[in-house]
Amino acid sequence: MRLIAENLGGERGGDTVFSDIGFALQDGQALVVTGPNGSGKSTLLRVIAGLLPVAEGSVRIEGGGEAFPSIASACHYLGHHNAMKTALSVAENLRFWRDFNGTGHVGVEAALDMVGLGSIGHLPFGYLSTGQRRRAAIAKLLVSHRPLWLLDEPTAGLDKASEGRFAALMTRHCGAGGMIVAATHLPLGLDGAKELRMGG
Amino acid sequence: MLALFLRDIRLNIRAGGGALTGVIFFLAVIATIPFGVGPDLRLLARIGPAILWIGALLSCLLGLDRLFQADREDGSLDLLVLGNDRHMLALTVLTKCLAHWAGSVLPLVIAAPLLGLFMNMEPLAIGATALTLLVGTPAITFIGAAGAAVAVALPRGGLLISVLVLPLTIPVLIFGVSASYGATANPDPFLQPFLILAALTLFLAVLGPVSAALALRHGTD
Repeated sequence: MRLIAENLGGERGGDTVFSDIGFALQDGQALVVTGPNGSGKSTLLRVIAGLLPVAEGSVRIEGGGEAFPSIASACHYLGHHNAMKTALSVAENLRFWRDFNGTGHVGVEAALDMVGLGSIGHLPFGYLSTGQRRRAAIAKLLVSHRPLWLLDEPTAGLDKASEGRFAALMTRHCGAGGMIVAATHLPLGLDGAKELRMGG
Repeated sequence: MLALFLRDIRLNIRAGGGALTGVIFFLAVIATIPFGVGPDLRLLARIGPAILWIGALLSCLLGLDRLFQADREDGSLDLLVLGNDRHMLALTVLTKCLAHWAGSVLPLVIAAPLLGLFMNMEPLAIGATALTLLVGTPAITFIGAAGAAVAVALPRGGLLISVLVLPLTIPVLIFGVSASYGATANPDPFLQPFLILAALTLFLAVLGPVSAALALRHGTD
């Protein structure tokens, strides 16, 4: 499977945020998008996911087959918000997203163990700290399988140990043939990842 | 889809979901009418079905602004939109509408017979009004979904949604009330307006979610 962007441009409210972005990712490769605030990292991820219209150029996925015909169907999008309901427990939230997204992968309990939240699945999501919420959102990436992960500042609010654990999870995802596009300020600990610098 | 339905129902019932606010507002509206109109029992019985319908209509509009806004604020809406290839967005919206109806509007329909007693209505009129509410209120939710989707990005969109949606709900109100009257007043027909009401609900069950999905797709930013 390949993710290809050619001459990609994006805009927000009529203003061009970035243009002429090009990259190609193969199975097992990761792309780290860096750049100062306002350089369009988040916009790029939203354009790739299809949440914002492509202003110019194109971005497409090849070789997804019937299961993943489009980028939207092949990706996990982890934005600034965690997409979890504060009134529901962590496990209920994860169970919902697994059922809704389909193609179940890791079990809910196992996914919580993998992000180090094994003992608090029964707590309402609203009771969790910022870092714990982020980890629960990362567990959401694990409960259903998607080959492409689009991560927007995935490690915001995580402590050192969780960062390390998340790096291991990303490496494992790439090792299994997955692809990652991550926008970040902080080093993610991904070995051999391509880098795309935006803005200047 | 079932997972989404159950999640929304659960959110509605849990703290902060606001399942009961509609019923309490409905109760407040209906309970004040006899004080305003005066103790003329025959007049109350005559205007009863119309008042119940207006009260239910306004209570329906009350919680609509949260239909998509809550999902937008926590980022769930992005993921629901991205799921378009697996679950057509219009069906996702329809599911959310049904969950909203079952959680927030169905209690109104259940409360309506009790409130009908406040209006000194006969059992037959109460039954007919409850039945028309049961058939007609989903239509209000479906239209409301389109309004809620348009106003999803506005921080205080509640009033705007009501203003947008209210004119479109007038046909539902007219046929709902005329069917309720048709059951008791002899020369008036019951079945014809009732069938039109059912047709309106079915028609809007398609049109509302499809237009809401269109608005949501283009409203992501």
